[in-house]
Amino acid sequence: MRRLITEVGEWFDRRLQLAAPIREVVEHPVPRNTASWFYVFGSAALTVFLLQIATGILLALIYVPSASEAWSSLQALNHDVTLGWFIRAMHGWGSNFMVAIVLIHMVQVFLFGAYKFPRELTWIVGVFLLLMTLGMAFSGQVLRFDQDAYWGLGIGASIASRVPIAGPMIVKLMLGGPIIAGATLSRFFALHVFVIPGMLIGFVCLHLLMVLKLGINEWPMPGRLVKKTTYVAEYHELTKRNGAPFVPYAVWKDLFFAGFILLAVAACALYFGPFGPTGRPDPTIIQTAPKPDYLFLWLYGLLSYLPPSMETPALLIGPVVVIAFLVLLPFLSGEGEKSWRRRPIAVLTILLIAIILGTLTHLAGYTPWSPHMNAWSGDPVPQQFLRGSTALERQGALVFQVKQCRNCHSLGESGGQRGPALDSVAVRLTQDQLIRQVIQGGGNMPAYGKNLSPAETTALVAFLETLHPRTQAPARDASRDMVLGEERDRRQGSQR
Amino acid sequence: MPSENSISRRGLFMKLGILFNGLVASALAAPLVGFLLSSVTRGRAGAYLSWVPLGRISEFPEGETRLATFRNPYVAPTDGKTADTSCWVRRVEGEQFQVFAVNCAHLGCPVRWFAQSNLFMCPCHGGAYYQDGSRASGPPERGLFEYPYKVENGLVTIQAGELPTPGSPTAALFGKKPPCAG
Repeated sequence: MRRLITEVGEWFDRRLQLAAPIREVVEHPVPRNTASWFYVFGSAALTVFLLQIATGILLALIYVPSASEAWSSLQALNHDVTLGWFIRAMHGWGSNFMVAIVLIHMVQVFLFGAYKFPRELTWIVGVFLLLMTLGMAFSGQVLRFDQDAYWGLGIGASIASRVPIAGPMIVKLMLGGPIIAGATLSRFFALHVFVIPGMLIGFVCLHLLMVLKLGINEWPMPGRLVKKTTYVAEYHELTKRNGAPFVPYAVWKDLFFAGFILLAVAACALYFGPFGPTGRPDPTIIQTAPKPDYLFLWLYGLLSYLPPSMETPALLIGPVVVIAFLVLLPFLSGEGEKSWRRRPIAVLTILLIAIILGTLTHLAGYTPWSPHMNAWSGDPVPQQFLRGSTALERQGALVFQVKQCRNCHSLGESGGQRGPALDSVAVRLTQDQLIRQVIQGGGNMPAYGKNLSPAETTALVAFLETLHPRTQAPARDASRDMVLGEERDRRQGSQR
Repeated sequence: MPSENSISRRGLFMKLGILFNGLVASALAAPLVGFLLSSVTRGRAGAYLSWVPLGRISEFPEGETRLATFRNPYVAPTDGKTADTSCWVRRVEGEQFQVFAVNCAHLGCPVRWFAQSNLFMCPCHGGAYYQDGSRASGPPERGLFEYPYKVENGLVTIQAGELPTPGSPTAALFGKKPPCAG
């Protein structure tokens, strides 16, 4: 039996002649200290990519890339096709895992100085792999053709349209016509299924080829500096002196981690299920608050915090600067210290970016910048704000609800958070200031002068003036007290 | 043996072959690129900027703002519901109207009308507009997009058909004074 296998193997190898190069790859020596759990993320990203290809092909057996039928075919996958929900969930969670692992891989490579000479091109190809992975995540979100996808495309078009001169053309090219419709979905299908995966496969091969040709980055030792003149010789010396064959010395950790990641994707898919689809992509249903997928939430948050004047420059120039910096990084610091222990700025940069992205994502989870569309009709005025109030003040509370003030201002921690909470507004603003703020607006608040009758304004301000903690007196205008006080005294004097 | 400067017969054929392929490639490029760019170059402005009816004038009470929907004049067989679009119709008085796109001028999310406070509010990033479409607060840089409209034979019609975005050429059109507003 064994002889038969050997003979068949030899028969193939005489024709393919692949055994020798494969053996070379498998047995190539790697520095012993790279057989580390820190070095498993690249292979894990590749594993998830293969999973995405497999589950993607399975989904394409059922999915219909037509604006009129995509949503129904996703419903069929979720509910009718055997295990369709599981394959969708695997593909969706696989996408999240892939982006996460690619980012972790990139951070590790950055902190270990692996982008330095002679691995500059490996890094640059990696940057493009990251961009393609993000492109896959976005186009995949579009293929889940639901309300979020529809309005997400609108957001993409609004951003693209801001490009000077070419903007409108880019929008039409992106949408395949003047509106988001059938042609839009078809071209995102082509991008997601043919164009970007094809490029990804090509770039992954290039990336791997360079890892093999140039050797895996050695474990960075503080003080061991990279010099272009000596590095290659030093690396060869290192692998000769203190190297071990990749298989099996280092590969077992890759295998274990890849298996663990696949299990984690499957576990998430089983436990959390597939993503959406949310409501039908019907543009006449406008009772919707579109939100991007988790990975793009930080961008959603950023877009609501940028001042209007900075938004277009930031949207158009920001990505160019970031990508240019990433591509140029190995040329800006291609030599020198590799160890993160001696690169405090590198470590701080990563921490800063992580904190910014984390904070924006967290904020986008509860969108304090958005009005709560139903707070005016749904959230009750807490009892403590009405106890012992006069008829006028109660009328004011009604005005407060009916005029949708509650959509942006919270009372007793319920209501919108777009404007400040008003639980103790009377401590901050005097009666005059309250009237001015209500009528003229300002500081990001619309002016209500035209929408409130004088009686409504009086009632509303009377209610707002009661909003202060029992232990804190409301703000008062001392000069006004004085003028009005003198007037009162005079009147009382003349009456006498 | 050919000298360094002379061209061998086979070398010449190879160069001719490359030239031939180059010619064929550039001849084929024209239709390929033409197809790819057709969504940009197609002179369909006339088709998708034709006038679409929203409803009879009596459906829009004076002083109120109502949601109307229309089927896009530019429609393909696979568009399904996506060719339907909504817009906010404000009848100021008589035959004077304002027809707003539902798309927020910030990033295109659908704005909702609140008749009690006379405000349009956007659920995405908190943009707000007054009843006449002008910007009230939030991130938008401008007021709501307005479609040109006209009232003919008791029908309110608008010129729509393109997704209004901050940079679209019709965005300038959307700011234009309506053709029949006084």
